[in-house]
This record gives sequence, C-alpha cells and structure tokens, in this order.
Amino acid sequence: MEFIRNFPFFSILLPMVSGPISSCLSGKTAKKISLTILSIDCVLSAAVLWYVRTQDGMFTYKMGNYPAPFGNEIRIGTLEAFMALFFCIVMLLSLWGGLNHVKQDVPEEKTNLYFILINLLLSSLLALIYTNDLFTAYVFIEINTISACGLIMVRGWGRNILAAIKYMIMSLLGSGLVLISLSILYGITGHLLMENIHDAAVQIMEQQTYVEPLTVAIGLFCVGIAIKSALFPFHAWLPDAYSYSTCSSSAILSSLVSKGYIFLLIKFFYRVIGTDIIRQTHVDNVLFIFGIAGMIVGSLSAIQQTDAGRMIAFSSVAQIGYIYMGFGLSTEAGMIASVFHILSHAASKSMLFVSATGLSEVSGGNTFYRSLTGAGYRHPLAGIAFSVGSFSMVGIPLLAGFTSKVYFAEAAFTASRGKMVVTLIALAISTVLNAMYFLRQVITIYTPARDVPRPEGYRPSRSMCAALALFIVMNFLLGMCSHPIFLWIQDGLANFS
Amino acid sequence: MSRIREDYNKTAAYRFRHFVEGDLPETIEEPTPEELEALCPPEETHGHAAAASESAEGQRQGTGKPRSPSEQFVDLKERDPLEDAKRFAEMSGFRWFRRIYQIAAMVLCVCIIAMLIITVGHMPIHGSNDTPTSNEVMERYLEKGQEETGAPNLVTGMILQYRAFDTFGETNVLFISTCVVMLLLLMKKKEGKTEKPAEKDGESRYEPGGDIILQTVARVVVPMIMVFGFYILLNGHLSPGGGFSGGAVMGAGLILHCAAFGFSRTARFFNEKVYDIIKVGSLCLYAIIITYYLFTGANDIASIVPLGKVGNIISSGLILPINILVGLEVACTMYAFYAFFRKGGF
Repeated sequence: MEFIRNFPFFSILLPMVSGPISSCLSGKTAKKISLTILSIDCVLSAAVLWYVRTQDGMFTYKMGNYPAPFGNEIRIGTLEAFMALFFCIVMLLSLWGGLNHVKQDVPEEKTNLYFILINLLLSSLLALIYTNDLFTAYVFIEINTISACGLIMVRGWGRNILAAIKYMIMSLLGSGLVLISLSILYGITGHLLMENIHDAAVQIMEQQTYVEPLTVAIGLFCVGIAIKSALFPFHAWLPDAYSYSTCSSSAILSSLVSKGYIFLLIKFFYRVIGTDIIRQTHVDNVLFIFGIAGMIVGSLSAIQQTDAGRMIAFSSVAQIGYIYMGFGLSTEAGMIASVFHILSHAASKSMLFVSATGLSEVSGGNTFYRSLTGAGYRHPLAGIAFSVGSFSMVGIPLLAGFTSKVYFAEAAFTASRGKMVVTLIALAISTVLNAMYFLRQVITIYTPARDVPRPEGYRPSRSMCAALALFIVMNFLLGMCSHPIFLWIQDGLANFS
Repeated sequence: MSRIREDYNKTAAYRFRHFVEGDLPETIEEPTPEELEALCPPEETHGHAAAASESAEGQRQGTGKPRSPSEQFVDLKERDPLEDAKRFAEMSGFRWFRRIYQIAAMVLCVCIIAMLIITVGHMPIHGSNDTPTSNEVMERYLEKGQEETGAPNLVTGMILQYRAFDTFGETNVLFISTCVVMLLLLMKKKEGKTEKPAEKDGESRYEPGGDIILQTVARVVVPMIMVFGFYILLNGHLSPGGGFSGGAVMGAGLILHCAAFGFSRTARFFNEKVYDIIKVGSLCLYAIIITYYLFTGANDIASIVPLGKVGNIISSGLILPINILVGLEVACTMYAFYAFFRKGGF
C-alpha cells in the first residue's frame, strides 16, 4: 500500500495528539503548534486530493487490525478529500485573521486552551468528513459540540456564557436525537458501517419488515442534524452564538461547524440510506419546506438587525436554508448545488466575520451598523473584503455566491414543476432581501464620515490583511473557476452511491 | 433606511416576532446614536474595560434585548397612564402566548413520546435469536474475540481492539470537556501577600471538610475504594470492568478524600502539577500507542507486542496499558470536575 494512503489518518490524529501536548504549554507555543498543524493538514489533504484524482477515485483505510464491519474504517473519495482540504484552508485563514483578537479577548492563562479547542475541532471535522462508520461519526459529533461550546464562551462575558448555554442545550438535544436514531438503525439493521446499513435498508424496504422504525430513524437523524446546523425553526441559538464570540470563533463556527454536520447528512442520504428510500419517506419534501421558510425568515430577521455582527449571523440562517432547499429538490443537480453552496457560504461568511471585526476595530470597537459609517476608508482592505463578501452573498456575478445561485436555479428545472416554481420564486425574493441588508451595510461603510478620525497609531494587523486578501482570492476563484469543482463534486457524489 | 426600521418597531409583525423569539415586547423608542453617546461615551480602548463596553454594546444592540429591571422601572414611572394600559395589554397578551406555548410544548412532547413508543413496538424483539443484530459481526466477536484480542472480557476486547479508534475519540471527549470546564471556571492565581487576607476569607467557603464522621469513614473507605478501582482497572481484560469504570471508581475515591479532608490535605499527594503530569502523560502515551496500533494494523505490519497467555494479568497485548492510561485519565477528569466546580482550581 502506498504511504500516501496514510495521510488522512495522520491528518485526523495529528491535531488530536497535539491537544494534550498544548495543554501544558504556554499560549504562544500552543498558537504556533496549532497554526503549524493546520498548515500540515492543508498540505496532507491536498496530497490526498491529488492522489485520489490520479488514482481510481476512492479508497478505504482500515483503522486497526480488523477489516471493516468488525473494526473501524475511513473512506476517502474525491468529495471527502476536497472538503477536507477546503475546511483546513478556511479554518487556517479564519484563525489567522482573528489572531489579534484572540490575544485581546481570551485571558492569557487560557490561551492555550483556546488552541486545544481549535485543534480538536479540526480533528473532529476531518473525522466527520472521512468516517465510514456511523458510531465514529457520533463520537466526533460529541467532540465537535463540546469544542464549539468552548469557542462560543471563550470571551467569558455574561452574553457569551448565555449564548453557550443556549447552544449547548439545543446542540445536545440534536446529539440525543442522532444517538436515538443510530440505536434504532443498529437495532433494525445490525450494522454501523455505512454500506452494510444501506444494504440492510434496501432489504427492509423490499421485505416491508421494519419500515416504521426505519422511517422514524431517518426523521430523527434529519431533525437532529437540522437542530445542530440551525435550520429555520431551530435557529434560536445561532445569532447570539455567532455574534458575541471572538472573531475567529465566529468565522469558524459559521463557516465550518454547521457545515460538518450538513456533510454528514449528505453522507447519510447517499451512503447510509440511499436517495431512493429518502424519496419514498418524503423527508426531502419536509426539508424543502423548512429550507424555503428559512431563506425568507432568516433574511427578514437580518433586515431588522441594527448590529452588523448579528445581521451577518442571521444571514447564515438564510444561507443554511438554501442548502436544505437543495437537498429538498431531491435531484442530483440539487445536491451538487447544495454542496457548492456549502463551499461558497463558508468562504464568504468567514470573510464577512473577519472583515466586520476589522471594520469595527477602526470604529471604536462598535458593531452598531451606523457607527461603522466611513469605516471602509479607515480600513480599506476590510472594506473591500466586506463588500466582496456581501456581493457574493447577494449573488453578483464573478463571485462564489452567484455561481451557487445559478446552480440552484439550474437544479430547479430538474425537479418537479411545483418545486421548480417555488424554488425560483424563493430564490428571487431571497436575493432581493439579501441585497436589502447587505447593500445597506456596504453603503454605510462607504458613506464618508468626517467626524470619526482613524484611531491614532492604528495599524491593521498584518495577519488579518493577509487572511482577508486570500479570502478575496478564494471567493473569486470559486466564482470564476467553478467548473472543475463542479465536476469533482459530481464525481464524488457518484462515488457515494 | 432608519425610518423604515422605526416604523417596523411599532407593527404587529415586529411584536409577534419578538413573542416567538421569547423576548419581552417593548414599546420603548430606540435611542438615536447621539443619545446613546450622551448616555455612555464611546470607549476608545475596549481591551481593559470589558464590563463597561459590554453594557454599552448591550444598549446598542437595539430594541431586541430586554433592559435591566431598574431601567424598566424608571420607564414605567415616566410613562403616562394610556401607555401603561397599552403595556399591560401587551403583557397580558404575552402571558396568553406563554400559556399556549406551554400547552403546545406539552402536546408536542406527548406526541414524540407516543411516536417513540410505537416505534419500539415495531422493533425486533430484544434478546431473541433471529434479530438483525445477531449477524456475522456478533458471531466473529463471540467466536474469535478471545483468540484475536487475548481478552476473555469481550467488551474490553471489542472497544480497545476492534473499535479502538472510537474509544480514543471518547477519551478525547473527556479531555476536551475538562478543557472547556477549565476555560469556564479556572480562576487566576493571586500573587503577592496583599491578597492573602481576602483569600483566607473566601477559603472557608470553598474548602470542604472538617466533618468528623465523614473523616472517620473516609479514613477506612478511601484506601479500599482506591485499591478496588485499581483492581477493576488492571483486570479490565479479564473480568467486567476496564479503564472507564475503574477510573470512575478511583476518581470517586479522590473526591471523597477531598470532601472529607479538604483541598490542602489532598494537594499533598494530588496537586495541580501531579494532575497535569498524569493527564498529559497518560493521554500522550495513549495517543502514541493508538497511533502505533492503527498504523501497523492498517499497513498490515506485524505488531511486536505479544498477546501472552489468555487469563494472565499481563496478557492481551496493548489492552492492559491502554486500560491503565484510560483509567488514569478518567480519574483525573472526575476529580478535576469536582475541584473546578468547588473552588475553580486545585
């Protein structure tokens, strides 16, 4: 076996090993370790993607002495490798962009703990992407939930702790539902490995023996993941959690944590249950309705916000709605559009959070939307990045958000007629609403304000500028060179089933 | 733009949204930024005055947030009777909404419970021979488990050999939960002598112990608990037990000792330094062992660790050291939770 096949395993294990080591080091060293490991993981994932593309498209890697149904296993296909690479890059840039604020917001003696959380979050995200076993997925959902809680409350203010408690209650409810669903699935199929559950599920549908438990299990899993990824009726925890925590945390939480769960749901649809059975249970229709509702309600809520951070947070609700709407179309094109939207949203939203923090730095630390007046002149790069991110979310051509909206619109024509009409109307309404709140903010930051001088001696931190520049490049890349990525996603999804 | 938003504050749709989100309805006009600045001058440096800027930020959040009680009281006093009546109507509407909300939540709970019970009714009968769970996986565990892992206790063999990666993840769950508790509760150590008196005052509140009955019992029971915990831990591969349960017992012993004799007595043999060394050491060793195990297993390299004779204490390869390390980690985690919730440190 080629040595490169070990790379996914290394990229999961490295952050897990570095966690305990960082816990007895100073914050500065922990930061260096964390950044190094993130970079190494980027390189490893890139190598894996290259290997998978040059070879036959996928391979499995057994974790331990025993082959799959007896032991654990991870599976690496095009889509997994690409997602891992993308997540590592976005995480590295988000962390890099907010390093200054980590120093300010986290007490010095706790800084190393912050980086431990980052490391373990990374390993859990990678494990969620790669795993081929539902129970392994559950274990890493737990790690993901706890570290996300830590990231939310790291500032230690009252509001952060309240937000973390809200997040914890909702997220634990979600984990509980997922666990019940897994128990039922294990009870009726006798397996935890994804392929084996799939075979058993097909058999169940043929023999009509345990159809009710199977339906309930699918429903519980979907609701559990929907709660954890803040689909519309379960989004109450989201705005506080995203808007009050420190800059890197917000960027990572909004762009990656919820996406990891959504990716698991895609695997559940394609590899565990199979799209045919999902269609028979009509879960996709339910997700479609809530996705559409989320798109509208999230944008309406964002319009009411007077705080830039909360506005961006509420916009996440709308974007998550888009992704679930793509699931609900229940065609392959819809799923590809959703996966692409995961990418474009992650790239734009993390950039928006980082640049909003940069803008508020030059406005006396405020995020009230009118106090950002003229901030685009005081911190030019953050202003440009914020505009690019906003335009991308609204869907201006050349940017990532536009491409994913085009894919959604194209996918709508492959769905049934009713869904097509609703999707197109919802896309139009939601785009107008997006434009209302994002363009308001962009206009505000470019309205000249003479009475607010640039803080004396202020210098934008180099790490933030570099991260923002790379984010802008990534957005344009996703927007303009979307075709190879589209093909990779298509290949990966075809490999799934 | 702002004019549209202010109009929206007075509409029914706005109030309904806030009902749904669980915030108190408010008719208070949002102060303009100028008023806000007069109320609380903007903070130039937001690093050190966290509390002040937080309250300022709280007001700038707009109308969505409930005000502090004293502020609401002042507002009520200044308002004219008509406004008061309006407010009362809204509050009673709010109560009405709460009532319906509670009833709906109860109905929903009952529905979900009923659904789950019906599902259980359709599940395969637990324990019978022809359930889907008795398949080739279970057969292999039962038939070849002892031979392949060298552990008569098949549960331990399963979680530490067949599904070793999951168990490593679970141990990391414990580790990260201690990290998050530390993040929340760890108190800065005070330096210098001036702080001493204040600390003395607080110490009596935080310091457990002093109960003579508890101390007498603990003197007898704690050594037994510790020995028993270590026994469970060492025999994890032979009899029911293992790292998680043994560690929990040992952790309970430590907590009992601390509750009876206080932190200062426990710190003689288990202080922060020992805790750090044990926690970090055991997890790192575990990580190294598991990396070795998974790497050799995946690449089909023969492991150099012999399985030994089934039934001996020193047997079954990597299971024994992993059990000991997991046990130490679990004991540390349990004691650390107690210490942090009690005092915010060791």
